[in-house]
Amino acid sequence: MATWTWFHRLASPPHVYAFARRWTPWFGAFAAVAMVVALYGGLVLAPPDYQQKDAFRMVYVHAPTAWLSLMIYTTMAVAAGVGLIWRMKVAHAAAAACAPIGAWFTVAALGTGMLWGKPMWGAYWVWDPRLTAELVLLFLYFGYMGLRAGIEDPAKADKASAVLAVVGVINVPIIKFSVEWWNSLHQTPTVMQMGKPKMDGDMLWPLLLMFVGFALYFVTVLLIRLRAELLRRERNASWIREVVA
Amino acid sequence: MKATALVAARLVAMRDLRLAFRKPSQIIQPLMFFMIVATLFPLTLTPEMSRLRDAAPGVLWIGALLSSLLALEFLFRDDAVDGTLEQFALSGQSLTWMLFAKTCTHWLLTGLPLALSAPIAAAALGVSAEAMPGVVASLALGSFAMSLVGAIGAGLTLGARRGGVLLSLLTLPLAVPILIFGARATQLAITGGDIAPPMYLLGAIAVLGVTLAPLAAAAAVRIGLE
Amino acid sequence: MLTVQGVHLWRGDRHVLRGVSFDGAPGKCVLLTGKNGAGKTTLIRAIAGLLDPEEGQVSWRGAPARSRRDEFHLELAYLGHEPPLKGDLSALENLKYSVGIRRTVTSAEIQAALARTGASSFSDRPTRMLSAGQKRRVALAGVLLADAVLWLLDEPTTNLDADGQQLVRDLISEQLGRGGIVVAAVHHSLSLPAEQIHALELGA
Repeated sequence: MATWTWFHRLASPPHVYAFARRWTPWFGAFAAVAMVVALYGGLVLAPPDYQQKDAFRMVYVHAPTAWLSLMIYTTMAVAAGVGLIWRMKVAHAAAAACAPIGAWFTVAALGTGMLWGKPMWGAYWVWDPRLTAELVLLFLYFGYMGLRAGIEDPAKADKASAVLAVVGVINVPIIKFSVEWWNSLHQTPTVMQMGKPKMDGDMLWPLLLMFVGFALYFVTVLLIRLRAELLRRERNASWIREVVA
Repeated sequence: MKATALVAARLVAMRDLRLAFRKPSQIIQPLMFFMIVATLFPLTLTPEMSRLRDAAPGVLWIGALLSSLLALEFLFRDDAVDGTLEQFALSGQSLTWMLFAKTCTHWLLTGLPLALSAPIAAAALGVSAEAMPGVVASLALGSFAMSLVGAIGAGLTLGARRGGVLLSLLTLPLAVPILIFGARATQLAITGGDIAPPMYLLGAIAVLGVTLAPLAAAAAVRIGLE
Repeated sequence: MLTVQGVHLWRGDRHVLRGVSFDGAPGKCVLLTGKNGAGKTTLIRAIAGLLDPEEGQVSWRGAPARSRRDEFHLELAYLGHEPPLKGDLSALENLKYSVGIRRTVTSAEIQAALARTGASSFSDRPTRMLSAGQKRRVALAGVLLADAVLWLLDEPTTNLDADGQQLVRDLISEQLGRGGIVVAAVHHSLSLPAEQIHALELGA
């Protein structure tokens, strides 16, 4: 059946490697274009916000990085789960490749959040529910990467971190809920929500395009890292010799 | 005649209880640790009781959290080292139920004593007597949820390098909801408010934990034994 | 009843098991030999289901062992390098729990098994006070009590004196006589009748 052939190809390291090698430049090119256009749209074209003036433009980087940090964690957990249930090496390699990218996006979200906070409320850090949740997400990433690093046997590390990723992804909504609940209890004027300013069409499209751009960038870097992972994991396999020759 | 999952679980619980009574240091040490941590906080803050009372929920909960992490070390480690955990996995019985029994017993031996002795630490932090039932209840339920979640990390870190630190790193983010709801309940108990809403939320997490955590822990242990 | 087909297993980078295959029939003892590190323990753990082979399959009674794991385990007794005993419990207590989680067992049965393996005289002391050989005798009693068709034994004669080694031979013979299967990793031959043995050298 055609679908099974596709699934089999997805599970086969040489095929995935070839796919990654072929498509990486395209994803990279599209990512670059999308990001440049979105940046122009957000920094130049969009009108300044009524309340926040130009400072709101940080949202064009902050919001997509935050969304992506979460999306990557979910992708990582799904890949890990697939690897665990269907015992696919490529899925485990993909999950391993996702983790550092996701962690960096989380750091970027926190960093841009802090840079946004300074002009807004005079403080680099506020215990805003979204920033707090991002911080916990960063710890989840560290836990995942730490577990992988702490287990010697690669197959065992794959499986153990897969369980952790699945447990983590189930926990993420609970964590978000609890952090928002906690924040809502202590509404004081100094702890303000880092809410998106109300946005109309002119201000919205660069945001969505930036998200697409970052997502394409993530795929680009993922494909590069995935190739490296596959090379490392399969270094004794015969197909590698043909590829590297 | 084949034993059932419940019979196996009961035997495991009884075995663990018997072992604990023969080596009580494993129970006493985390408790002492909690007391010491709770005592150290005033030294870093202030001797003023009213200010300490404000900080009490945080102090009690961080102390309880750290003590739990310490205690989680010996949930599976001894059994993994002497090969009995392996035999559980090979017994043909539900590992999920046996680990659930181990986790519950573990809580009875570590979390519950901690909750019951929390009034001593709380009194040292300026908490009044009327608040004590609420303090104990919130810590009891919260530590139970902690044990369930911690069992997963304990299984995953079997045989990992520097397992203790890694266990903390894995478990702390997952414990954030327990910490938030539990500390809120303790705080309301201290200030005389209604502890029901956060206790219900904590209870919901515990229920979710009871349903899902033993399954994850069983998967984790089987992987950890490889 | 036990079929191992083309099992490949890597531990980290090492290709430890390279396409191991054999059949275990009732009344036969499969003797695994080989140098240290050849993969005897790995193979036994893979058959038990503690390790997952990357390729190949372990089948029990015609079906993949992985798919009917619990039923397979009920018919299996595994004894690794270290006797699985809690140091703070006595032999009697240890067996009460370790066998009890598998099947209902009376203390009379436990006493009988301990007597069979020569462990009666020290059956009520905490096992941490026992010598390595004594612990192994207790563990062997546990294998007996498991009432299992398949025995997986990893170097069962370790730490045993001449009497103890004869005991292991006798126990295996009796198990084979009952129609059971034994897979044992050994360093020296077990001196069993040739028709009962299927020798397999690993790492060759």
